[in-house]
Amino acid sequence: MAMTMTQKILAAHAGLDKVEAGQLILVDLDRVLGNDITSPVAIREFDRIGAKAVFDKDKVTMVMDHFAPNKDIKAAVQCKMCREFCDKHEVTHFYDVGQMGIEHALLPEKGLVVPGDVVIGADSHTCTYGALGAFSTGVGSTDMACGMATGKAWFKVPSAIKFVLKGKLNKFVSGKDVILHIIGKIGVDGALYKSMEFVGEGVSALTVFDRLTIANMAIEAGAKNGIFEVDEQTEAYVKERSDRKFTAYKADEDAVYDAVYEIDLSTIKSTVAFPHLPENTKTFDEIEDIKIDQVVIGSCTNGHYKDLEEAAQILKGRKVAKRVRAIIIPATQDIYLKALENGLLKIFIEAGCIVSTPTCGPCLGGYMGILAAGERAVATTNRNFVGRMGDVASEVYLASPAVAAASAVAGKIADPLSL
Amino acid sequence: MKFTGKSIKYGDNVDTDVIIPARYLNTSDKKELASHCMEDIDKEFKSKVCDGDIMVAGFNFGCGSSREHAPIAIKESGISLVIAKSFARIFYRNSINIGLAIVECDEAVEGISDGDRVEADLDAGVIYNKTTGKSFQIQPFPEFIQKIIQNGGLVRSIQVGEIK
Repeated sequence: MAMTMTQKILAAHAGLDKVEAGQLILVDLDRVLGNDITSPVAIREFDRIGAKAVFDKDKVTMVMDHFAPNKDIKAAVQCKMCREFCDKHEVTHFYDVGQMGIEHALLPEKGLVVPGDVVIGADSHTCTYGALGAFSTGVGSTDMACGMATGKAWFKVPSAIKFVLKGKLNKFVSGKDVILHIIGKIGVDGALYKSMEFVGEGVSALTVFDRLTIANMAIEAGAKNGIFEVDEQTEAYVKERSDRKFTAYKADEDAVYDAVYEIDLSTIKSTVAFPHLPENTKTFDEIEDIKIDQVVIGSCTNGHYKDLEEAAQILKGRKVAKRVRAIIIPATQDIYLKALENGLLKIFIEAGCIVSTPTCGPCLGGYMGILAAGERAVATTNRNFVGRMGDVASEVYLASPAVAAASAVAGKIADPLSL
Repeated sequence: MKFTGKSIKYGDNVDTDVIIPARYLNTSDKKELASHCMEDIDKEFKSKVCDGDIMVAGFNFGCGSSREHAPIAIKESGISLVIAKSFARIFYRNSINIGLAIVECDEAVEGISDGDRVEADLDAGVIYNKTTGKSFQIQPFPEFIQKIIQNGGLVRSIQVGEIK
């Protein structure tokens, strides 16, 4: 039976010639990831299993990014617990303040994921690495604990939806608009339990960073994973960062899909997801004046250097509107440094933005930009659920870095083309 | 596995941010998590939930974050079973892994109102609404998952050598 990209990776890691949708399998893991919120629960379960050591100290990764730098005493206790665990088990890839970045920007940057890998992470946006042709998916803390102990995880083999991309994106339109457009089309459970596989000539018209953003939000359509076909850009990106050999999997010609969508990238416009679901998408021909109080540019979805560059293009020589707080969060130390060296930070600060150390902070309503009742934010983050960034009566509008930057300048949700 | 309790009902897309808001994730203490369970969607939940109660919801229950704190908070608050039209996949896995019983059944969700007395027998594959007298058939879990549940979760499955 013909297989999808995802099914081929899973079969290879289960030691099987073939698998089919619905089959329950046990697979070998190439990487197990956790953060400062999910790892403490996993560490407790790991100890309960009675495991003496992690299955492979080079394949376990912990990143202190959610409430780090420690937002309060309880957060400090959680990070301390992770630090002590990683010291005890000699975990190679433990990233603390000073080295850490937002996990899903950090792992690709450090070359910790290559095409064909199977990665589980106790963070729902672990699906990001599908951008590099890996199977990666979010799990909970118990799965993380068992993964750390055994190097294995159980999966139900998913069926898939195929997205055939063609054409090129227009000015100020980026990966974020593509994925918001898709979620608007299929809904927040449109890909529930399934893979979203991205193929076609349009893939090569997207940068690796656009693909990371698209795969990152596959979970917002309910998907198990999002995955892109590997091309020359992927290979160049990975080879620059890792010496590991890898396999680029392609779906069989006659693989079966639950649905196939053809998407012409040139027809996609700047898209905004209105409260309180990522599927509530609108384009600017449907958006009236909506005043805002805050802009957040960052997160695992849109904290890449390319995202900051797009925001800087718009903010250069302009000022953030009165009564708008603009918060910019480079996703990793390397991105931060590059933004410093290339003058982006100067542009942001002169425009009236603040620039923060890497953290997930405001995206999940942790700290560093919490909203009061009645306040509205335009954010390049990934969720706009009730209370996501603060009070239950606050609102989050999800958008691209270009739209967020234009909105900061305009003081209302704004199309970058309108400036 | 048999369950009995009153129904506490919600709509579609109940996300993990309303089940347990991230501002409380600076702890993994079960009791503390339970004390904030559902508070951003239902301020009354804490006062009305009794041991054994059954949560009923629409499509895509538990969507969003991978936080295992969500099923932990629900279980610790006394809920014995969640019946939904569908579950977000990470929540589904997490529930099985920590031993919170869940089941998908469109008809039962349609046929149960908030506050109804509900009985469920997952082995027999039946949900019974005592208030209305209607019953609903459910699909049993695949054997592999049944074993994890019977073992009392994934950790126990590894301890007994079911998963190596």
